Amino acid sequence: MKNGNFKKFGMVIDLDKCTGCGACMVACYAENNIPFREDDTDKMLSVSWMHVYRLNNGKPFPDYEECFLPRPCQHCEGHHGHSPCVSVCPATATDYNMATGIVSQIYPRCFGCRYCMGACPYHVRQFNWWDPIWPDGMEKMLNPNVSVRMRGVVEKCSFCVQRYQLAMDQAYMEGRQEIEEDDYQTACTETCPAGAITFGDLNNPEHAVHQLAQPDPAHEGRPKNPKAFRLLERLGTNPKIYYLSRREWVRRAGDNYLKGEFQNKAHS
Amino acid sequence: MTTEELANEASAKDQQPTTPPPEISPSTATDDNGSGGPIILFFILGLAASLIVGWVIFPQLLYSQKKQPVDFNHALHNELVEDSCESCHFFREDGSYSGVPKLAQCIECHEEVNGEDPEEAKFVNAYVANNREVPWLIYSRQPQNVFFSHAAHVKMAEMDCVTCHGHIGESESLKVYEENRISGYSRDIWGRNIAGIKRNSWDRMKMDDCAECHRNEGVNQNSVQTLRGGCFVCHH
Repeated sequence: MKNGNFKKFGMVIDLDKCTGCGACMVACYAENNIPFREDDTDKMLSVSWMHVYRLNNGKPFPDYEECFLPRPCQHCEGHHGHSPCVSVCPATATDYNMATGIVSQIYPRCFGCRYCMGACPYHVRQFNWWDPIWPDGMEKMLNPNVSVRMRGVVEKCSFCVQRYQLAMDQAYMEGRQEIEEDDYQTACTETCPAGAITFGDLNNPEHAVHQLAQPDPAHEGRPKNPKAFRLLERLGTNPKIYYLSRREWVRRAGDNYLKGEFQNKAHS
Repeated sequence: MTTEELANEASAKDQQPTTPPPEISPSTATDDNGSGGPIILFFILGLAASLIVGWVIFPQLLYSQKKQPVDFNHALHNELVEDSCESCHFFREDGSYSGVPKLAQCIECHEEVNGEDPEEAKFVNAYVANNREVPWLIYSRQPQNVFFSHAAHVKMAEMDCVTCHGHIGESESLKVYEENRISGYSRDIWGRNIAGIKRNSWDRMKMDDCAECHRNEGVNQNSVQTLRGGCFVCHH
């Protein structure tokens, strides 16, 4: 890039604020033309870019606690942009953009081998087993700035990159080269009624995400905020979604420790 | 006798001619060529015929010729407006691009027939009077999975319309719209030249042409996989 001003868009999700209402999922479906079926109860076959998981601490009633975990694409950077899915794609259909830090999915290039789905440790990638069929009249409500995917291709969260493009268009129109924090926000961020999701440039110290997560560049963006964690941090995927929780069992769940594993680690 | 001597003896025998070599008479040589002539001619004619079919006839069959609903004089209008192209093909405030003008813009001047041009009369009577949009055929329409930003090119990079669209603003009538019968796209995307030779920057509008300029100018060369242009700029 000419000006060398690299951005790293990322998200901070406060799990203590999330009520699990699922508004982010609905907003994502509407914004990104995500197909759904009449009976979408089988979540192994359904497509959802943003998915809310339900965690619990596994303790009986008086100590029982629950937590909802919204999971968009983690937009892993890995080492220098070699995220798990980008490394395995044989078609160059998924790519890491150095200027924005967004992991892209190019539907016309994808031929549906699903290596990326196997490589992704977060299950963020979904396969279109069918062509999308919209209820009568709904095709008129599709977002014109997002392509509709056909059967046989993989899709995933794009951080609403079309909104980034539109924000840039407006900036160019007004003679600016840069966009403000408010100009580009994802659909889930805008929709969340609890304000649990924050979105912005992790490289920009003025952005809320940077202040919340306090990414440490010396350790591949590991959060300096003791309340913050990333999913499966120890895999080294270097994701750009940070989660906040003051509850320790939630933070431990984020690293997916096996039963008893954490104690062993603590003793040794 | 050693094996070497045996071998020498054997080779010496081979060298002695057992039968005299057949004499080649000039008459038999010409007899062979007599039947070859028409076959070679057949192949030359066949090659010429397939080249003509492939390079001339097929390209003509591939594209259907469509006439624009109304003939439009760009040169005439360009003289009357103040802002050149952007007077009619304007940007909205949010940075989106209006593209081909809608009827509402034309009505400002053409509520009634102003001149003597039969095309204008056709436009007013058939479209303005019935409040019907003109179904313009758009030469530069890209596939649906291409998201082109006019603002980035015209406002930010300050490129000229001519760079991609050619001198359409100086034309006095609209050219025939040629539609690819297989893909449904305009011929202006693939380009007039069937061999794919490009002389001017506006001759073609294929992805390679976009990528070529992006590579030369060094814009958006941010891909980790290819170390060149990323797809995510235009495809998402």
